[in-house]
Amino acid sequence: MTIRPSRLLQHLFMIAFSLLMLYPVIWWLGASLKETAEMSLPTLWPSSPRWENYSEGWRFSSEFTFGHFFANTLLMEVANVAGGVLTAALVAFGFARLHFPLRGFWFSIMLLTLMLPGQVTIVPQYILYNNIGWVDSYVPLILPHFFGGGAFFIFLLVQFIRGLPRDLDDAAKIDGASVYGIFGRIILPLIKPALVTVAIFTFIWSWDDFFAQVLYLSSVEKFTVGLALRMFIDQFEIKWGQLLAMSLLSVIPSAVIFFFAQKHFVEGIATTGMKG
Amino acid sequence: MTARSARRRAKKRIDWSGYVFISPWLVGFLLLTLWPIGQSFYLSFTDYSLLSEPVWVGLDNYARMFGSDPTFRKSLSVTFAFVLFSVPLKLLFSLLVAMLLSRNLRGMNAYRTAIYFPSLIGGSIAVAALWRNMFGKDGYVNHVLAWFGIEGTGWISNPDTALGTLILLNTWQFGSTMVIFLAGLKQIPQELYESASVDGANPVRKFFHITLPMLSPVMFFNLILGIIGSFQMFTASFVITPRGGPMQSTYVYAVFLYEKAFKHYQMGYASALAWILLVIVAVLTVLNFLASRYWVFYETDGGKSK
Repeated sequence: MTIRPSRLLQHLFMIAFSLLMLYPVIWWLGASLKETAEMSLPTLWPSSPRWENYSEGWRFSSEFTFGHFFANTLLMEVANVAGGVLTAALVAFGFARLHFPLRGFWFSIMLLTLMLPGQVTIVPQYILYNNIGWVDSYVPLILPHFFGGGAFFIFLLVQFIRGLPRDLDDAAKIDGASVYGIFGRIILPLIKPALVTVAIFTFIWSWDDFFAQVLYLSSVEKFTVGLALRMFIDQFEIKWGQLLAMSLLSVIPSAVIFFFAQKHFVEGIATTGMKG
Repeated sequence: MTARSARRRAKKRIDWSGYVFISPWLVGFLLLTLWPIGQSFYLSFTDYSLLSEPVWVGLDNYARMFGSDPTFRKSLSVTFAFVLFSVPLKLLFSLLVAMLLSRNLRGMNAYRTAIYFPSLIGGSIAVAALWRNMFGKDGYVNHVLAWFGIEGTGWISNPDTALGTLILLNTWQFGSTMVIFLAGLKQIPQELYESASVDGANPVRKFFHITLPMLSPVMFFNLILGIIGSFQMFTASFVITPRGGPMQSTYVYAVFLYEKAFKHYQMGYASALAWILLVIVAVLTVLNFLASRYWVFYETDGGKSK
């Protein structure tokens, strides 16, 4: 090997870079406990932490607490993740393992939809949901996840399944298993790591899918955490301390999920062989 | 042997069970993608407010867009500027971070978490709120700049810097792009680097002759999705700089389209806007695919070695 910076230097650099990236988050933590007057000061920690930012922010809306908005969002998430994981696995198995007429055609179409800007379909979709009477309900937010969970996840799982040895399927087939048996007993348990990746991404992306939430939810009673935060911003005079406190709480579910599953995160994608 | 012949026999008769498995996607595609695409094409030639039936107006919507709507031109140029700067910046930054995180170093998982996590939540409204505060006239960023004797402006309220601030935020959201690069880096066979070292290649040569070519398919994937994603940027502009920002300097296409459709209820005009967006994205994608022949390198025998 040629000349290498010493290990210590590498560690120092990585620590400095980590801190740089984390700095806004650390500042955020302190700012959520500050008075408005103190907000813009570069000090990380307030002179006297104002914990009321949290309790007052939690009850900022006269009708509902943030607990209500969290419950709304989590309920939606349970449906989204369940629908996405289940149907993406089914569809991916179909594309990766079964032979049927027009398979290649449909697979290309599916990949093409990855490139379709959502704006092209949003107006007719809205009109459709409006005609059925589903606007201002969770149906438009949840339903799409039950249709295969999105082309990106299907593609991810197809790549993953293609990497599994076919001998397993063949052996099961000889033992008399049907395709449904092969899917349920052989493939499904094997693709668990990839399904975890799909679940995490579904959770975080639908938590942050602000556009759809703004579009389809209008009564405060049904608001998600994101919409509640926006209501906060739209107030005449923004109470920054409370807003930043509630914003910080709003990223905790994604953070918790990320830390528990972070090992799967990179590896789940690495093993799917995102190539070509 | 037996396994292979069983497979061959299964291939012979037409098996429709595949359609059972892909039916969730197929139904969704027909109902929520294909039909709406056709519908929005039709609506783009109409005047439609959701309250009464659509009225056929021919090419009026398109004529209005190019002839008499300065806002259309403004939002299109803002969006092009955003895409032009944010896509290369994000690609470059993601690649650098991925190369940093792909090294073998004790405790790399902890570093990876620390660096990756902030960017993962970067797209949320919570971070948009944080950003709005930090980059305000009297915000944190300006106070830090003051230490160095630089007098900052109201980054978000100044029309010259508002879009740049959003581009910066977009770059900070490098997470998923970086993970895909990281996955690509892990698949480059180590032998290539080792034999290059034997031949006396320096790190710079290795980067340009091994890393970049081997990574080019992943780069291409990120480039295509990055361009498409940037054209649809919405949340940051909508939350950080409401109503198109100072002097409409951050009035990106997605926000413009949203307001036309769901604030002014000009569904026909909004559909025409959506179709122009589709044409732009399609043309750019096709151009990219054509150009990719000259710089994307595909292996013939997929280097699956570990």
